[in-house]
Amino acid sequence: MKIYGTPAARKTVRPLPSRQSDFLPAKKEAWGSRIGVILAVTGSAVGLGNFLRFPGKAAQYGGGAFMLPYFIALFLLGLPMAWAEWAMGRHGGAHGHNSLPGIFRVVWRSKLAPYFGVLGLLIPVAIYMYYIYIEAWCLGYAWKFATGSMALGADPSRYAEFFARYVGLSAHGSAFNLSSGSWSDSVLPALALCFLLNFAIIYRGLGKGIELFCKWAMPALVVCALIVLVRVLTLGTPDATKPEQSLSNGLGFMWNLGWGGQTVWQALANSQMWLEAAGQIFFTLSVGFGIISCYASYLKPNDDIALSSLTACAGNEFCEVALGGLITVPAAFVFLGAAGVVAATRSTFNLGFMTLPMIFNAMPLGQFVGAVFFFLLFLAALTSSISMLQPAIALLEEGLGLGRRASVALLGFITAVGTAFIVYFSKGAVALDTFDFWIGSVCIYVLATIQVILFGWVMGMERGFEEIQRGAGIHVPKLFMYIIKYVSPAYLLIVFGLWLFQTAGQYVRKIGSDPVVAGSVGFLVLLFVFFLMLTAQAVRRWQKMHPFHKEAGP
Amino acid sequence: MTLSGWMVMLLSVGFVTGLTVWCIYRVMQEPEAPAHMHAQDEIDTHDRE
Repeated sequence: MKIYGTPAARKTVRPLPSRQSDFLPAKKEAWGSRIGVILAVTGSAVGLGNFLRFPGKAAQYGGGAFMLPYFIALFLLGLPMAWAEWAMGRHGGAHGHNSLPGIFRVVWRSKLAPYFGVLGLLIPVAIYMYYIYIEAWCLGYAWKFATGSMALGADPSRYAEFFARYVGLSAHGSAFNLSSGSWSDSVLPALALCFLLNFAIIYRGLGKGIELFCKWAMPALVVCALIVLVRVLTLGTPDATKPEQSLSNGLGFMWNLGWGGQTVWQALANSQMWLEAAGQIFFTLSVGFGIISCYASYLKPNDDIALSSLTACAGNEFCEVALGGLITVPAAFVFLGAAGVVAATRSTFNLGFMTLPMIFNAMPLGQFVGAVFFFLLFLAALTSSISMLQPAIALLEEGLGLGRRASVALLGFITAVGTAFIVYFSKGAVALDTFDFWIGSVCIYVLATIQVILFGWVMGMERGFEEIQRGAGIHVPKLFMYIIKYVSPAYLLIVFGLWLFQTAGQYVRKIGSDPVVAGSVGFLVLLFVFFLMLTAQAVRRWQKMHPFHKEAGP
Repeated sequence: MTLSGWMVMLLSVGFVTGLTVWCIYRVMQEPEAPAHMHAQDEIDTHDRE
């Protein structure tokens, strides 16, 4: 049995006993190659946030000063949590489990454990319901740029009007109302195509579907980003009458230390910036979704996870900092100036779907660059959305014994109902915003906290470290285990507590005052109960097949 | 763009690019297990009660 890694790693880690392999149940799904799983995890992490949210937050909180708390959060929160998720996932996979309820059952031998894992089904599926809608906007915008129907001139209000009409922001149900407009101005064809693509890829399975797709989509995404980057970096000073709106000043707006008369120390003293930087790292690496554990569960028991996890995180950071950080804000600055960028970056949707299209139309080769940029966003969204379906598919297959066709059909129906709900209640994007807050923020923090506590305190430092080091391609310093056990949970709880304190009040009040918000929360509760029932059924099945006392670990 | 701005940009972009390249190099250096070794065999453990 080959053990990769440095001599130090080899000394500290023993290979998995052959006895454990005997517990592997019948299983057909597995990754075909190491680079395949790395690209799939990177693809899951790289999303719209890399190209829209990160530059917006960095510009909003003082440019270069933002990078210090950002990188600190990467090392204290992001990387340790990613290693923990990979390790728990592979550990669960070695015992034949691919869904988070099953993985938790193996990690924490408690009857309650699988039910904590229900969040690992609810979160990706509920996020998929609105993420696919945003993915459809990207595809639609890419198509419109490619066909030249996005040339709306230099008036910002025309872009805002188009976005509101396209997405249905003006009234509930308006996105479905085709009587007043043509199909070309409707998001529904793009949405249907995105749905079909996602489920076609998932239906093909892990190796021939997700892995194969990510193997070409991720390089294509980087190529698209490089094309846009070259265009942005050669913009110079497009308007000679506004020499201050130059590329150099645009880069300065993004990267200079101190901003708007603030010194770097004043910027660093802003606690909100530390909170936002930690939140950005947390969301960009897709930790706390339950997806990484699911993907890692398809590895072999002695496959490397230390280097693979680091590579996936690095790939995501490259897309975010080196590509996203050099494209969005500098491009916006040279056409809009400082005040325009400040206004645009207050909202990710505003920046991405109203401001940037206008900027692309203003620049030479803008139609082509706009099409490439939105296709890049579409690819980033698609590689993320397919990963959101896999955890639920895994439970339906391993927990309920359903075949691929039945699993895909059932999940397709559930997600179609949820997406239809969000698309219908589109006025002010209230349903989307409610889903994003309760699932895309609150539940993710909760699940991440559960995961890091399970890994650091239930699985324990010794067992956890051994799991990370087994087959490792790099030696992970043991310091990280102390970080995972003590620093990461504390960091997470502080960030979560402060964030909840600042934002939760208005969302709780809205439940009582806005029926759409109440309906959205009700829908999510129903979905949670549904996954709870599925998990209970799966647990009964697992207990019959593999009772606890027969699942002894290493 | 100030000198400190250039330094932050080059350090940040250089760090993530360097880390990515180093990781990919290390991954490529590792021998890849044959595909058939990755695929989980269908094993009946006869361990079910």
